[in-house]
Amino acid sequence: MSATLKAYARRLFPQVAALAVILLMVSLAFPGFFKLEIQNGRLYGSLIDILNRGAPVALLAIGMTVVIATKGIDLSVGAVMAICGAVAAACITSGYGLAATLAITLGTGVLCGLWNGLLVAVLDIQPIIATLVLMVAGRGIAQLVTEGAILTFNDPGLIFIGSGSFLGLPMPVVIWLVFGLAVALVVRRTALGMLIEALGVNRRAAMLSGVSTGVLLIAAYMLSGLCAAIAGIIAAADIRGADANNAGLWLELDAILAVVVGGTSLLGGRFSIAASLIGALIIQAINTGILLSGFPPEFNLIIKAAIIVLILVIQSPRAQSAFVWFSRPRATAAGKAGEEAK
Amino acid sequence: MTFKVALASATILAASFFGTASAADLTVGFSQIGSESGWRAAETTLTKQQAEERGIDLKFADAQQKQENQIKALRSFIAQGVDAILLAPVVATGWDEVLQEAKDAEIPVVLLDRTVDAPDDLYLTAVTSDLVHEGKVAGQWLVDTVAGKDCNVVELQGTTGSSPAIDRKKGFEEALAGHANLKIIRSQTGDFTRTKGKEVMESFLKAEDGGKNICALYAHNDDMAVGAIQAIKEAGLKPGTDILVVSIDAVPDIFQAMAAGEANATVELTPNMAGPAFDALEAYRKDGKAPPKWIQTESKLYTQADDPMKVYEEKKGLGY
Amino acid sequence: MQSASSYVLSAVGIDKVFPGARALDRVDFSLARGEVHALLGENGAGKSTLVKCLTGAYRRDGGRILLDGGEVDPRDTLEAQKLGIGTVYQEVNLLANLTVAENLFLGRQPRRFGLVDAREMNRRARALLSEYDLDIDVTAGLSAYSVAVQQVVAIARAVDLSGKVLILDEPTASLDTHEVALLFRIVRRLKERGLGIVFITHFLEQVYEISDRITVLRNGQLVGTRETAALPRRDLIAMMLGRELVGEVGSGNRHAAPGGDVRYRFRGFGRKGHIRPFDLDVRTGEVVGIAGLLGSGRTETAEILFGAERADSGTAEADGRPLDLSSPRAAIREKFGFCPEDRKVDGIIGDLSVRENIALALQARRGWARPLSRGEQDRLADHYIRALDIRTSDREKPIRLLSGGNQQKAILARWLATNPDFLILDEPTRGIDVGAHAEIIRLIEELCEKGMSLIVISSELEELVAYSSRVLVLRDRAHVAELAGERVTTGAIVEAIAASDGRAGT
Repeated sequence: MSATLKAYARRLFPQVAALAVILLMVSLAFPGFFKLEIQNGRLYGSLIDILNRGAPVALLAIGMTVVIATKGIDLSVGAVMAICGAVAAACITSGYGLAATLAITLGTGVLCGLWNGLLVAVLDIQPIIATLVLMVAGRGIAQLVTEGAILTFNDPGLIFIGSGSFLGLPMPVVIWLVFGLAVALVVRRTALGMLIEALGVNRRAAMLSGVSTGVLLIAAYMLSGLCAAIAGIIAAADIRGADANNAGLWLELDAILAVVVGGTSLLGGRFSIAASLIGALIIQAINTGILLSGFPPEFNLIIKAAIIVLILVIQSPRAQSAFVWFSRPRATAAGKAGEEAK
Repeated sequence: MTFKVALASATILAASFFGTASAADLTVGFSQIGSESGWRAAETTLTKQQAEERGIDLKFADAQQKQENQIKALRSFIAQGVDAILLAPVVATGWDEVLQEAKDAEIPVVLLDRTVDAPDDLYLTAVTSDLVHEGKVAGQWLVDTVAGKDCNVVELQGTTGSSPAIDRKKGFEEALAGHANLKIIRSQTGDFTRTKGKEVMESFLKAEDGGKNICALYAHNDDMAVGAIQAIKEAGLKPGTDILVVSIDAVPDIFQAMAAGEANATVELTPNMAGPAFDALEAYRKDGKAPPKWIQTESKLYTQADDPMKVYEEKKGLGY
Repeated sequence: MQSASSYVLSAVGIDKVFPGARALDRVDFSLARGEVHALLGENGAGKSTLVKCLTGAYRRDGGRILLDGGEVDPRDTLEAQKLGIGTVYQEVNLLANLTVAENLFLGRQPRRFGLVDAREMNRRARALLSEYDLDIDVTAGLSAYSVAVQQVVAIARAVDLSGKVLILDEPTASLDTHEVALLFRIVRRLKERGLGIVFITHFLEQVYEISDRITVLRNGQLVGTRETAALPRRDLIAMMLGRELVGEVGSGNRHAAPGGDVRYRFRGFGRKGHIRPFDLDVRTGEVVGIAGLLGSGRTETAEILFGAERADSGTAEADGRPLDLSSPRAAIREKFGFCPEDRKVDGIIGDLSVRENIALALQARRGWARPLSRGEQDRLADHYIRALDIRTSDREKPIRLLSGGNQQKAILARWLATNPDFLILDEPTRGIDVGAHAEIIRLIEELCEKGMSLIVISSELEELVAYSSRVLVLRDRAHVAELAGERVTTGAIVEAIAASDGRAGT
């Protein structure tokens, strides 16, 4: 067991290190960064903001990790967020109870995932194309639901999901932590993780070994849809309104980035949900750091891009083998490095 | 549905038979960009309302954000021989040819809420708001309100590089110029959205000693202000009291906030561009007098004193 | 021996080593001017590796290449083209969305004032294709034409570019009889013009129709080069499938066909377009061998038995009980197992560890909700690593880093872990080293003794003969003969394969 833990620590080390370095950098630019206080019975501070604002991307990254592990990609999650936010707002404002609203909304997200999954698994359409359909059409659907306006609501229960707190932590943080942990546990305590990885590395060989590749693929996209639905509810609850135009806009790219920064290969196979979640936090830490630093907004994207490129370069197999090579200056080390980068 | 259509056409018929003489037989084509925002939806609603009130037969074409659709719509209006065309151009360039065709057909074209890069003899007039002026009105309100007291202002900009963001920032800064008591201490983009408005405001509050250093917030649109108001509340402060909130656009939701005392002022970007446009058209048809090339709409300031709930009720039905 | 200069291309002692396997072992090959030279061998024999070494697509590890008597060393296919060696592949390597003319002159379009002179290009394209009796609209997109026409365009381009040696890699695989005739007319004409043509195919009929000489490779080694006219079909097949012809290899006494009852009974089992309906009986503790040339329907038979392709006719039963073989999953539930021919594509999960690869099929059968604990997986992996002597530094090593033979053993372990009753092995010994080879054969015999029913497909006839109690012979996607008992000999198999009612050209 301790060997497994050790392997786990080694897997997560680059991401944790990158996050730590970024947090340190931000705290240099903004000294009060690590300050935490209790306000109105909840923790309050920039670190909490990172956890809280990172919630949508973190949730999307959970589903995206699994989809990417199957050698797929889900471009539709941002649009599904918008649809689900709109559905939630529409339900609650037309008098459904909170439970019914949540059930309908989560169901909508799962249905969106089912659609993607069927296109990919049954019709064998390339994932990037299959999910592009909903990415493009999704915002239109969301606008139909909200009738083009920002659909606002005042239901305290729904609002609680966006800005309430539990045990001193904002609800969005609690939700993504619990959901991420749950998915990670289900995937790793059952055989799902291994079967998904087998499917992602070699779909035909997995099928010939008796893996139900079609069902697994569809399930992966459905999970991604469910994650997008939760993220959509949180985003809508946060601003007490469903903004079909802007909710989740471009977040699919941030989610993919989180997965990549988390070290999961876009070619499918080995994945780590924990690493993707840390990846999401890295992205949000950069965002929050930029906002706190007080740089003019024209620099936002440049700074973000530069930091992420740096992280990806450091993580690249070439760079890793170079590190190993330098740290063990014997000629034989280079050969082993290739293996360890995996 | 059919019933409604029948009713509407009956109304139009009735209008054309019994309407006022000046506009009875006026047919106007309206090429709208699309419905990408609540404001634009309201503009469409108001244009239709204005046309109906005046007994104008309005032919409406939604271009779904595509210039080629707008050019197609304009050509079809010209072919139908409308009396005038309203155009809300999606982009500034590429209009010369089709505008020349309209001119050759002696159909006056009125531009709504945006202008084009074309010789100004190709269109009758342009009805737009003045973005710089809007910023200035917002700034002037703040200058008057703080009345010489020291005040640190944080600013939520629109999407970086967009013209409303540039101009509304410029106008606000012009109004503040010469008032050393007012200082913009932080300025970040909130992308015109509630979510980003809230997120950025959260960071402002953290960065400025929990918000104790902040005396006023200026947001380039109401949506960001609405998001920021929530952030201020969640930080344990009272928006509208601890931090003054002034923004631009006058969408219905900000009036709710004003009624609750959480926002202080907003500057209206009126969605009623069609009213002045029809006024100009009717005058032009009556005595052939060309209006000025630019008709500036009013940038009206609303504050908590203007019965915000009443304005909210008025605006609610416009499709914002 | 002809003088070196009469050969347009000759390769001497070509070596190529891949990690874990020797793909070419000092292979000699020579091509005369005005000759069509067939290059034959089963999958994995080294044909395409040899071609890739000749055209610079691979860097060879040893040996020399002589073109017109002078030593050359093409570093890539472009350089080979410039030297005069052109290649046309089965999947036409042209750009389907460009016009015929653009494809012909891609990268060397005639220019005028710096711009592509389309009219001149089209004129030249028409002229070029008229040499091939091809009168088509050269301004139309290439994709508008049949594969045959595309092949001809590809040949025209290759010949126009290179002009000394033309390598045709399985050009007829997707052509019908008529199109093959068209292609062969062109090949003959090019031959008359003095080109040396290398022709790779697995249609023996076509080999005898068009080629002057034949070179056979097997397991990366040169078996021999013969004049086509002097090589009977039977001898050719023997060259391809086994080295010793005369030996009538070993019908040892283990063929005393097991007396047990027939356990698995397939009747009229088949699928349109894959394999014609066949009957098959397999007893407990019996190995049934399947022999036939590449493309004869061997793998198709395996896939249909395992449900990888669903049968559209016939019945399958075990001990009188109908079997559900509608998918691999269903087949696995019936305690079937299948080691596929193409290990890399269909077998291993490259990035996963040896442990996971071994546990995969058992885990898939148990379902996701009943995971094998890590301890169970470890025990399973360790057991088979020891039992099958899988050489790996540890069970967590990604399986792609193992040699071919050890990968094969791990796949076998994957199936043995499911404790199957019926195991299908498609080319279990291809491309693996001698030691692993012997171990796998021993394993097949052991499994058989334990009462498992096995189907083994192999192009190694000696091997088949050694462990099979019966051998089915396939030709043209049909089961054509069944040899049992005394008749299970390499000679009889070769006879059955060669029996010349002819392989159709399609």
